[in-house]
Amino acid sequence: MSLRRTPFFECHQAASGRLIDFGGWELPVQYTGIIEEHKQVRSSVGLFDVSHMGEVFLRGPSALKAVRHLVTNNVDIPNGHAQYTAMCNHEGGIVDDLIVYRLADDEVLICVNAANRDKDYNWIKDNNPCDDVEVVNESDDWAQIAIQGRNAATILDTLTDQDLSAVASFGVVRGTVAGVEGCIMARTGYTGEDGFEVFIPAENAAAVWPAILDAGASFGIQPIGLGARDTLRLEAKLMLYGNDINDDTSPLEAGLGWVTKFDKEDFIGKSALEAQKEAGLTRRLVCLVVEKRIARPHCPIMVDGEVVGEVTSGTKAPTVEANIALGYVPRRFARPGNRVQIDIRGRIAEAEVVKPPFYKRPY
Amino acid sequence: MSTPSDLKYTKSHEWIRIEGDAVTVGITWFAQDSMGDVVHVELPEVGDSVDAGAAVVEIESVKAVSDVYSPVGGTIVEVNETLEDSPETVNSEPYGEGWLFKVKVGPTISLHELMGSGEYAEHCG
Repeated sequence: MSLRRTPFFECHQAASGRLIDFGGWELPVQYTGIIEEHKQVRSSVGLFDVSHMGEVFLRGPSALKAVRHLVTNNVDIPNGHAQYTAMCNHEGGIVDDLIVYRLADDEVLICVNAANRDKDYNWIKDNNPCDDVEVVNESDDWAQIAIQGRNAATILDTLTDQDLSAVASFGVVRGTVAGVEGCIMARTGYTGEDGFEVFIPAENAAAVWPAILDAGASFGIQPIGLGARDTLRLEAKLMLYGNDINDDTSPLEAGLGWVTKFDKEDFIGKSALEAQKEAGLTRRLVCLVVEKRIARPHCPIMVDGEVVGEVTSGTKAPTVEANIALGYVPRRFARPGNRVQIDIRGRIAEAEVVKPPFYKRPY
Repeated sequence: MSTPSDLKYTKSHEWIRIEGDAVTVGITWFAQDSMGDVVHVELPEVGDSVDAGAAVVEIESVKAVSDVYSPVGGTIVEVNETLEDSPETVNSEPYGEGWLFKVKVGPTISLHELMGSGEYAEHCG
């Protein structure tokens, strides 16, 4: 099967991006190097192609009501705002983590993970409780870029008819970007920095990429690959679906209790999660700093020679300058300061549980 | 891509330089370029005996860990300790300061599996 390409594919080729098969998409893992790209985003600004992400729209008078039934958060936000949430199955496992964008009283956009496009669309459609709400998978109709870093808003502001200084964190506004009408700009991201994610009608999207690079030239803007996207998100302790969370992990175990609202009306997974909370969690996803070596997904986590859990993500973190990891451990080992050991390909490395996140932006 | 003509190469992208009864081993430009930013090098101990084809070094890049195989059997006589503090030298100077280890080989060193620079360049495509 041939790989799918985004509207910006030729830009990645021209910029000598190293293209890889990323879940069926031909996307750049890096341009100049993961560490350099990572630091570029932390110090100034970078541009990401995230067109592989999926867009599912719920349209109709009861759109909000339908979304509230589907996700764990309360979606208690006004029009023009977004919210991070989990979407659970009936057992309380996570179908996906996603951002919901309340565009209007009768229109909600749900941005889903690339690997979950079809799974999520089918889940939402099959579990939509409202007859007057239509669920539409527009994933192929939208390109998406993320411009991230402390200078992101300044740059994007020069290319749009909207006043972005009026858009707060998790605010959403529709407008023109680099002459392309009908874009959706949201002050959200997956890096731990300020910035925007912009949904662009795919058929006209290609011109937006070079326009942003031109507009950001004085800030040294660079395109950023998926490699740095992963190190940036991990420093900020943002979840990677399929690694840190999946259909068998619950939002409570993953530290997503803050987006799980038991005081709202019923939602899918609520009773299972209430029961889990009542019985006490058996495991928690924790932040780990590892001595000397880099833990990778599936490395066993040990205490007193016994395997107690598993690493879900791990890297050398360029900004915090430590070997960092996420992993599940029994709740009794989950407190910051606790020591555990990690079996890294047969060698034991010491690790310490630390308070999340690893990195918090200083501005 | 660079492939110095005075070195021999393996299919698994190590290079070796033969100096008397010792050989110096490193990874090629192609290998370091594929790995990306090297952030840690786990070296063997001096005095370890190694078999030809054995995994003796682990190179960690940001994304992944890769094994380096000893192209020859023998005894490790020196390791590049400067890589502990500056593993990125493997990226910047793979054929020079970024060398990994030296092996003292037995009297019957077998080099028939190794390639010259031209053949190796073809191997990388």
